[in-house]
Formats: sequence, C-alpha cells, structure tokens
Amino acid sequence: MYPENLKYSEEHEWLLKNNGIATIGITSFAVESLGDIVFIELPQTGTEITQFSTFGEVESVKAASEIYSPISGKIIEINEKLETEPELLNNSPYEDGWLIKVEISDNSEFKKLMTAKEYESFVNAGS
Amino acid sequence: MKNSNVRKLLMDRSIEGKVGATMPSIDVPLQTLPNKKFLRENLAMPEVSENEIVRYFSSISQMNFSIDHNFYPLGSCTMKYNPKLNDDIAGFPGFNEIHPLQNIDTIQGALEIMFDLQNILAEITGMSGTSLAPMAGAEAELAGMLMIRAYHRNREDFKRKKVIIPDSAHGTNPASAVMAGFEVISIPTDTNGNTDLEALKNVVDASTAGLMLTQPSTLGLFDTNILEVVKIINSNGGLIYGDGANLNAILGKVKPGEIGFDVVHSNLHKTFTQPHGGGGPGAGAIMVSDKLIDFLPDPIVTKDKIDKFDLSKPQKSIGKMGAFHGNFGALVRAYSYIRTLGKEGINNISEDAVINANYLRIKLKDTLDLPYDRICSHEVVFSAKTIKEKYGVNALDIAKRLIDYDIHPPTMYFPLTVEEALLVEPTETESKETLDEFIETVKTICEEAKTNPNLLHNAPHNTPNTRLNEALAARNPKLNWRNTIEEAN
Amino acid sequence: MPGAKKIMVNEYQSTYSPNTPKIKKQMLSDIGVDSYKNLFSDIPEKYRFPELNLPAPTSELDLKNELSKIANKNSTPGDYSSFLGAGAYRHFIPSVVKQITSRSEFMTSYTPYQPEVSQGTLQAHFEFQSMVCELTDMEVANAGMYDGATSAAEAVLMACRVNKKLKVEIVGTVSPLYTDVITTLTQATGIEISYNNIETILQNNNDEAPACYVIQQPNFLGEISDPGQLKLLSNKNNALLIVISEPMFLSMYQTPSYYNADIVVAEGQPFGVSLAYGGPYAGLFACKKDYIRQLPGRIVGETIDSKNKKGYVLTLQTREQHIKRERATSNICTSVGLIALMSTVYMALQGKKGLKYLSELCYHKSHYAAAKINNLPGFELQTNNFFKEFAISCPIPVKEVNEYLHENKIIGGYDVSDFIKNGMLLAITEMNSKEEIDNLITLLSQVKTL
Repeated sequence: MYPENLKYSEEHEWLLKNNGIATIGITSFAVESLGDIVFIELPQTGTEITQFSTFGEVESVKAASEIYSPISGKIIEINEKLETEPELLNNSPYEDGWLIKVEISDNSEFKKLMTAKEYESFVNAGS
Repeated sequence: MKNSNVRKLLMDRSIEGKVGATMPSIDVPLQTLPNKKFLRENLAMPEVSENEIVRYFSSISQMNFSIDHNFYPLGSCTMKYNPKLNDDIAGFPGFNEIHPLQNIDTIQGALEIMFDLQNILAEITGMSGTSLAPMAGAEAELAGMLMIRAYHRNREDFKRKKVIIPDSAHGTNPASAVMAGFEVISIPTDTNGNTDLEALKNVVDASTAGLMLTQPSTLGLFDTNILEVVKIINSNGGLIYGDGANLNAILGKVKPGEIGFDVVHSNLHKTFTQPHGGGGPGAGAIMVSDKLIDFLPDPIVTKDKIDKFDLSKPQKSIGKMGAFHGNFGALVRAYSYIRTLGKEGINNISEDAVINANYLRIKLKDTLDLPYDRICSHEVVFSAKTIKEKYGVNALDIAKRLIDYDIHPPTMYFPLTVEEALLVEPTETESKETLDEFIETVKTICEEAKTNPNLLHNAPHNTPNTRLNEALAARNPKLNWRNTIEEAN
Repeated sequence: MPGAKKIMVNEYQSTYSPNTPKIKKQMLSDIGVDSYKNLFSDIPEKYRFPELNLPAPTSELDLKNELSKIANKNSTPGDYSSFLGAGAYRHFIPSVVKQITSRSEFMTSYTPYQPEVSQGTLQAHFEFQSMVCELTDMEVANAGMYDGATSAAEAVLMACRVNKKLKVEIVGTVSPLYTDVITTLTQATGIEISYNNIETILQNNNDEAPACYVIQQPNFLGEISDPGQLKLLSNKNNALLIVISEPMFLSMYQTPSYYNADIVVAEGQPFGVSLAYGGPYAGLFACKKDYIRQLPGRIVGETIDSKNKKGYVLTLQTREQHIKRERATSNICTSVGLIALMSTVYMALQGKKGLKYLSELCYHKSHYAAAKINNLPGFELQTNNFFKEFAISCPIPVKEVNEYLHENKIIGGYDVSDFIKNGMLLAITEMNSKEEIDNLITLLSQVKTL
C-alpha cells in the first residue's frame, strides 16, 4: 500500500534517504483527506528545521494542514514546481510531489520513524 | 435560464458613449482644477445605459435562491421571513437620511429607538445593559471577548489567558477569541450532545478567562448540564459568553442572564429579521450582566432626568467597534419587528420554531441518521453516514440534489463533530405543508441514492451552473475582470 | 371527542407564522407530546418560561404612525441643507439603486456557500471586486468589510502578519474615528501604535522599520498630501504602506498605486448608500496580489463547472473562520453583501464619465464655497490643497455657529476644535446647490454679531 523504500511519521509525512540527504513529502493518505490541493507554503532554502516541528502548510479547497518535518536538518532544496502545479501532490505524492530536500543532521532520529508496514497499521488503527 | 447573455460582465457590455445616469448641472462658477499630473488619467468603469443595467442585475438576480422564493433551512442562520414593513420604516427619511455626526439635539428620535431596543434586548436576554455598536455577530463576539479580557485585567488578574470553546462551536468563536488575545482550549461534546463535564473540569484552572457557549448548541440541543457548566466556570472565577445565534429557540423560554451567562450577543439578521442581503449587512447587539456593564463598547445610548437621550462611552469601555454607532438601519428593522410581534408574538416564535424542528426530527429520523435522539430545539442535525456507507452518496450529494427540487441545502460545514452533517433549521415561518413537502423530497432523494446514485453525484442538474470547480478557483485565482478565465486561455 | 387528550398550544396567530393552533396540535401529536411546553423540558425548570416584559403586538398601521412621529423628531438632511462629512457623505443616489437592491433575490438570500444557487450574488460580488480594483488601481479586492474604519484596522492586522512585526505608525492627521477603531481591534494583539508626522519619519533613519505606515489621503481635515512625499515614505523601507482614501476622491485624483501603496481601504458609503445614521455601510479593501493569502474577508473567484461553463465561487476559503477557525485571517463572517451591491449598481450607473463628472462637480462647489468663506471676516480657510472637504476656523465656538445654522435649517460642519481652534470641517457635494451654499455664506457672515 505504501512505498516500502520510504520512512513515515505519525503526521503523515514520508522520507526518502539518499546518503546524507532526505527527500520529504506527505503521504497519499494525507493528500486524500485534504482533497484537491490548491497551495503549498514552504520555507526558503537554508532554513533549519527540527524533527516533528512545523515547516509549512498545505491547503486544499476545504482545509489547511500544517506540515511537520520527520527529520532535523537544513533545507537545501524546495520543489519550485509546486508553486504553479500544486496538483502534483494529488497526482504523484511520492515522486513529483516531493516538498523539500534536507541535509540530515542527526541520523539517530530515524529510530522514531515508521516502516511502510508500521505506517499502514497506524493508519488502519484510525489515526 | 433563457437569457444566455446573463454571464456577460458589465465591462464586456460597455460601449463608449452610453450613459447610465443623468448629471446634475454645474450651478457654480468653474474653478481651476488641479494640475493634470495630480489627477488620474483613466478610470476603467463600464459605460452602459440605465435600462441595460436594470436588465443585467434583474437577470443575474434570477440565478439566486432566496427566502422569498422557497424553503431555506440553513441551520443556525435562521432564514425566516423578512417582513416588508421593516424596510418601509427603515426607509423613513427621518431614519434613512440622517448623518451619524449630527448634533445630539437634532437626532433624538434615532436615539429613542436605540434606547428602547437596548432595553428590549436586555429584557429578552435577562441582562443589565446593551450596546448596539457591533456590526455583525462576529464583531459582537470579539467585543465580548475583549470585555472579558478587560474585566480580568481590571481585577489585576493577568493569568487568565485561555478561553474554553466546545468543538461544535461556529468558527467565528475561536477566531474571535484569538483576536482578543486568548488561547483556545477545545473541549468535546458528550454522546448525548451536552458539554462533556469531565473534560471541562479537567481543563478549567486559574488561567481560564471564560467559556464560550452557544445555547442551544449548533447540534440544536439545549445542554441539560448547563447549570453545572455555569457553576464550574463561575466557581473558578471565569465568565461565560453566550453566542446568541440560536436565540430563536429560547425567546421567552429562558433568559441566559438568569442561568448565569455574563455576556450574550444577538444576531439581529437572524433572530430579528434584518434581511440577510446575500451575505450581510448584519448587526450584533451585545448584552451584559452587571459585572461587565462598564466595559461595553462605545457608544451606548443613555437617557437623563429630563428624558433627553445621548451617546455615552461606558467608564471602562473596550472602545469603538466601528467609525459610527452601529448599523442603525438594521436596528430600526429589528425594533420594528419586535414591536410588531410584541410580547405574545415574541413568545410564539420559539414555540413554532421548536415545533417545526421536532416535527422534521420525528418524520425523518428513519430516513437519515439522527445522531442525537432526543427532543431538539429550533434545529435538528441529521447525518448521512449510513447512506454514505451503503450507497456511496454523501451529505454534499444530498444537499446538491435538494437544489434540483428547489430547496436550499441545509448547513453542512458545521458542526464539525458530526460526520456528513446536515443541520436543518426550518424556522417558525414555514408551514406544515412546506415541511411535509421537504420530508417527502428528502425521502425521495434517499431512494434515489439507492436506485440511481449518479443523479446525486452529478447534482444539481437544473441550475445555471453544475458543480463548480472550487480547486481551480483556489489554484488559479481570477478575482476581477482584469483577469478572467477566457483571457488566460 | 370523548376521551381525547387535550393538546396545548399557544393561541396567538402572527401573520408571519403560517401554522394555526389546530395544525400545531396535530404536529405535536405526531411528535408525541401533549404540549409545546414539553419541548422545552431540557431547560432547568426553575428558569423555564420567564415573564417577558414587552409591549403588546402592534398593527402595521399603528406602528407606522407611531414610528413616523419618532422619525419626525429628527432634523433630516433634505429638509435641512447639510454640510456635514467627516467620513460619511451625502451624495445623490439614482432610483435604480434602491429598485435593484430591494429585489428579494438579492435581499433575502444569504452567504453564497452553495454557489449553484447563488450565482446572482457571486457574479455581483465579482463585479464589485473588479470595480474596487479599478477605483483604487490595486490588483485584488475582497467582497467588502463592515466599514472603512474596520477595513483600516484589518489592514493593520494584515500588515503585522505579513511583516511579522508589531509596530504600527500612524502618519499625519488620520481620522480619530478610524484610529479609535484601530486601537480597539488591536488592543489584545501586542501591537504598538505610534503617531508621527511624515517629515519626522522621512528624516529619521535610525529606527527599525514598523510593520506598516498608515496614512489618510485626503487626511481627516481634507488636506491632500504631496504624492512625491508619500512615494518617499513608501520607498523608505519594507514597511507596508496602508492608504485610507475616499471613493469620490479616487475617481478624480492620482491613485495610491502611484506611490506604491500596499493596501488601500476606504468607506464605500458615498457610492450609493444612504447615510442612515451611520450604518450599515461597506468598507472597501484592496491590496497587491502578493498578499492575497493574508486578505481578510470573503473573496469571489471565477471558475468553470463540470460542463466547462463559467461560474463564480467563494474562493481561498481556507483563510476564513469557517475552515481555519482560530488561525483565520479574520473572524469576519457575515459582512456587507447588500451594501456592496448598492455601490456596484451605483458605479455601473454613473460609469466612467459620470464618476469623473461628479467628482469634478464636488471640486467646483467646494472650492467656490471655500473661497467665499475665506473672504468672510473672522473666518479662515485652514486646508490648502483639498477635494470636497476642507477645514475653516470660525470667530466663535463651533457649537454656537451650528446652533445658529440649525435655527436656519442648516446642518453645519463637524467640530474639529481638537485640531484647529474653533475649527469646523465642511463637506460640499453635488447635493448642495449654489443657493444652499450662498445661503450658508450669508448666515456665516452674520455669526460674528451673535
């Protein structure tokens, strides 16, 4: 159900680790609950973020949701395409709809994240 | 809609040289105008003739649903009949043409109406004082929250930074509390639809400034624990704000002041028939107990020993809510309405409103889900949860299909605590015949959900527009004629 | 009928409630209760059914008689000449405005949350937003706020959100009616308001930039500031420039976009709205499109439906209280729908040429009057560069001048003695004929001998 190669947080974010860089987005579950995404607010590159604190907001037609970072580090890239194509989140939440890329500062934080299977159970339990 | 031209905007109809209004003559010697560089070069406004303008607005008005047209059971909005007499009276030149800054001696008649209305609203709510200054319910809520804040600061208690609000509350409640500098603590409603007493006790402490409560609630229920709720807050030194949006249910049946509310507002455009106007104007009168009377917004109308009226600023007033004195036009209409009905009529409103809502409750409880199976007040909340599970049709689909039957959908965007909510408020001005038709229609639609769900998914079918793409409007905002959909393509 | 239960209803019959006692008894029977009183059993018994001390019902005829007597106690402009302004102005309202806005479809509909049945309201609001953008020459406008003063207050709150600062500078002579409201609505936010004149601000380079500068153009006393100076103020730093203006003025003069205003607010009342003792009015609110997500109030946007036909919806609703609740840009819900419609119809009727003509007419009349007053011994014009409103100083207290004028069926100007000794603020519009103006001059000339 959820991509096996990713890690997940309780706030419905996913993380792809590649060497010291984490690509972060929100899961299909989050996107489906929100509906048609209309706007994404992201911080600038260079911003330092901490695990489980908010770094932005996702807006749909009928709701707005804060985004919480699954990991601490420095933002090195944001997905500029989202400014003109917010629907990428609906169509491709795990690939084209990525939000930010972060330089990981503390690898031990991964302990607090879930695997795809664990996330699936978490979602089914009725978060 | 026969007039296919109706969506053509004014600027698209504009032709140079057309004239919409006559110009008064210049009867004074011409003065030297300022240097051109200080004047604007161009003002892009339409040039359309008067009759074309009349036709245009008349045509687009036909695309609106309204109370005067048919049943409009929008929960918590109290879409009752707006008496035409009130507009006539508000239109008297002596009320309609007077300037807000005229000398007090020259507008005693205006102040007389306001003074009388202040007293009437205080009487109805069991309060000690009134200000008519707030220009809508939300502004009254803000005033109420600012007064509670001022009250505690006046006692030199600066710890009171939190306000408790039930999760079923209308969105303006938390929004207003935050504008007044408070942190919002949300508490749940129990399975009976009452304030959860245990949850309340758990959050109340020395930092609690007060509680905001709508009675009856947005679930259409009067809290059977209300006295206990009041006691918990009061014994802790907090104050209680009553959101009076649902006042229609309790006129002459209970006075909020008597059961312990410290401040209550009334939406004059709901309970007291100021016309809804397609989204305003409204008026939000605010009534307070003795505790808060010095903090009322500026102005209040006072009367001296020789029966002369004046505008006064209460001793510790939270200040002015608007440039002038409130929405006088709405106040006159509310006053005229209350005087028409008088004591017997006002008492009668809540009876008829509550009978109508309970009638719908009984007749539809086997068609839709009824989350709270108990006597309701002036509105009843149904849920489309079971229908959604069985047939894949949700509250929105049912609402849109009602439109095909020429009925305005009920409220859907709150209460948030009920899944697939349909909050139905018939008001007292609907006949049993209309209600029976509504009941039949809902039953028919629920049958359609079973046999032909697409009819609901694609509803409405007969309106100038089918379902509109709200995502597109938000993703790619086109908010004025400089910037329209056609041009973008 | 023998054995039948007696079901209790109130016997009063109003013209607004269609169900007769007989029908209600049947409904109560269906509900399963004996009396309407049973339906209120959730209310604590001790407090149930209190006495309402209200007068008896009144017939339409009797009420009209009674209230017209009360209305007649007021001195009514029309019956009196009026030169009173200071934020609300008497302008001519063509008959079509009232006819259109009295239509039930506009009057008795509500917030367009179900767009398919509210296209009339939504399209009209779209026109309104468009016209406000043209008038102010700004990129986006909302569907209106309660009045000009609350628009100004919301603009201040918005600027503080945008710039994430709490310092606000009020520049020059801004209406105390407006600054009072800004103070009230910001009192719990930690926002600090200071007052300064533009020269001091432009000279001072040390202080940190505030969230915004708030100016009024023309200012409270009618003075039009040099646009060059305002441009300097706007360029000084990244503080937002909020301009409080006036619609008739905007129809004629250089728009605030010339000096790079970020937000423009105004009282919309002069355009098609009766004075009505102060309300309901409509606050205009327009700004640069960069700030669109921080805009308070309702916004209507264009879109298409499932059949690709054009239509309108409330949009960017996630700013609003019904979705964002405590994180909304404002708590505003019900706003000024019908009043905004009055201004829309008014602007449509007057059109491009009419607004230009009317604004120039106000200019001619006010300058004619000001020159004559300035020539009266004891009176002096205090405003140099003005549009339709100007301040004068009188030889005796304004209260006495106005009492004398009132005896002669004139409502005089606003007392601004707090700003100018024996100062009076006079507004002249197309509603003041030459005859009225000349009469005012004659009476003022008699004032010194009182």
